[in-house]
Amino acid sequence: MLYALKIAARYLTASKAQTALLIFGVAIGVFIFIFMSALIGGLAELILSRTAGDMAHISIQAEAVDPISLLPGKPLLVQQKSSKTASNLPTAMAFVPLIEALPGVTAVAPEINGSGVMTRGSQVTQVSINGMEAGKESAITRLDSYITQGTARLGAGGVLIGQRLADDMDLLLGQSVRLRSSNGIEMVLTVTGIYQMGQGGFDRRTAYVSIGTARTLFAMPQGVTRIEIKLADLYAADTIAPQIKAMTGLNAVSWTVDGAQLLEALSAQAQTGYFLKGFALLTIVIGVASALLLSTYRRRPEIGIMRAMGASQGFVVLVFVMQGALVGLMGGLFGAGIGYLALLPFPGRDNFQSGVLPIDINQGSYGLAILLTLIGAILASIWPARSAARVDPVEAIGQ
Amino acid sequence: MTALVEVTDLVKTFGSGEAETRVLRGLNLTLGTGDLAALLGPSGSGKSTLLTILGTLMQPTSGTHHMLGVDLTTASDPERTQFRNLHIGFVFQFHNLLPDFTALENVLFPTAIREGRETAAARARGADLLTRMGLADRITFPTSHLSGGQKQRVAVARALMNKPELVLADEPTGNLDRVSAMQVMDLIAQINKDEGTTFLISTHDEKIAALCHRQIAVADGQVTG
Repeated sequence: MLYALKIAARYLTASKAQTALLIFGVAIGVFIFIFMSALIGGLAELILSRTAGDMAHISIQAEAVDPISLLPGKPLLVQQKSSKTASNLPTAMAFVPLIEALPGVTAVAPEINGSGVMTRGSQVTQVSINGMEAGKESAITRLDSYITQGTARLGAGGVLIGQRLADDMDLLLGQSVRLRSSNGIEMVLTVTGIYQMGQGGFDRRTAYVSIGTARTLFAMPQGVTRIEIKLADLYAADTIAPQIKAMTGLNAVSWTVDGAQLLEALSAQAQTGYFLKGFALLTIVIGVASALLLSTYRRRPEIGIMRAMGASQGFVVLVFVMQGALVGLMGGLFGAGIGYLALLPFPGRDNFQSGVLPIDINQGSYGLAILLTLIGAILASIWPARSAARVDPVEAIGQ
Repeated sequence: MTALVEVTDLVKTFGSGEAETRVLRGLNLTLGTGDLAALLGPSGSGKSTLLTILGTLMQPTSGTHHMLGVDLTTASDPERTQFRNLHIGFVFQFHNLLPDFTALENVLFPTAIREGRETAAARARGADLLTRMGLADRITFPTSHLSGGQKQRVAVARALMNKPELVLADEPTGNLDRVSAMQVMDLIAQINKDEGTTFLISTHDEKIAALCHRQIAVADGQVTG
């Protein structure tokens, strides 16, 4: 083994320019692999942070019940569903500490949600009202990162509105506005913060108030309408949601139930990445195989001499497989090195900027790239190695 | 003198049908331990084919081939390869050294492939052999830096590295000038005398043949004298 390694290394160093070119070619393949890994991974991070990152990974709300039939046997005559607020979860708050204690749960935010109308002078706009607990304003949606004026902190009598709503109603920070809930209760609130998420629906239609204010607006002295839960790993939602449901009896729903399209898009993107990385590996395998095949033709007389001196076919195979392994290892290390250096200038996952490729240097799969390249190069060398081992020594040395 | 090599009714044909060529036609030969024999014959007489079969690089079409009591006609390729490594040395007309290795590394090759590495003991024997070949100051030289005669002496040293019982030399002086040729032959004769190694040397050169103790004439695929 050691001696085969020595001969393999000598063969590689004997043709320095050819070997350097081969290693460089492998390194380019590894670089593409790493670049694609970092890009696909970063892109997924970006999409997730821009979508699932700002949404609850598990939501608990009252289960929808069938409308009450007003006339038995006449299903077409039913009671209209109330539009005032969502259904109440009267006892859900008792489970909040239990849910918070579950492994993988990073935040639990009880909310009272409903609809209402915001008025200022003659301007009237329909809004969605989100009542949130003080201190948990940014637990699910990172409101604090979107605040452009004022603060995300919600206090009694305060309201957070989007920039577009503020523009539509000519509202400035510190000004007062009337908010009437769908229950008909009206309060005068002060704009304590203006946010800009970049999503028209939110920026124009959502008002955040404290949960105390929401209780007054929706005449809900106890209970909540919804509990939002955030997880350390959003892909664990399908596992944790049933646990919560079993533990509390509440209707815990994973984000994937309504986020199937997002999951599909991420999956398609990941598969595209696998294909591109697979092609990069294939290029490496073909490059190494063709270079070693040429080498076996060039070294046929030497292989013949080795066989005449008593080298077994296995030894000859080992010499060429070792060459493949050395090329794969050196190309892998070199490619991983230049890949890492090339990705360094890109901002990290926490600092993705618009107009710049969302490349995550931490997702370069460096170790995997080196390992797969090594395996690929070894596999690529087997065919030339077997071809070399079959060389007829008599023919090769011109006997 | 005990028989080291014994071949009987050796036949070797190449091709088939109308293109069939019978190179060896029932050849019989016995080599004893310590023989220094010249194999003489015109081109196409079957000398090289006989050496190739004796070197276990090729199997005969029919007949038997024994060496050291081992029936090599029925041995598998791995068995013949191992036998060749342990008991047979080769010297070719063209030195056939590994070009990317030094003189010593070439000499060590037969031992290193058997032991998996270049041991200190092997290095010492390799250096000693090269010194005996008059190449003490060329031990670490790449073979590309050696003259034709020096290369052939390295090849002789390589053939002797595993202390083989039989060394087969196919026109070992064919590419050398007279002085170098005589140097190589003197070395071969000396080793034959000192170590009792059997040599079978294929040659056209009657002066070279005259240095051997025995002359074996081959014609039309048979030993004629």
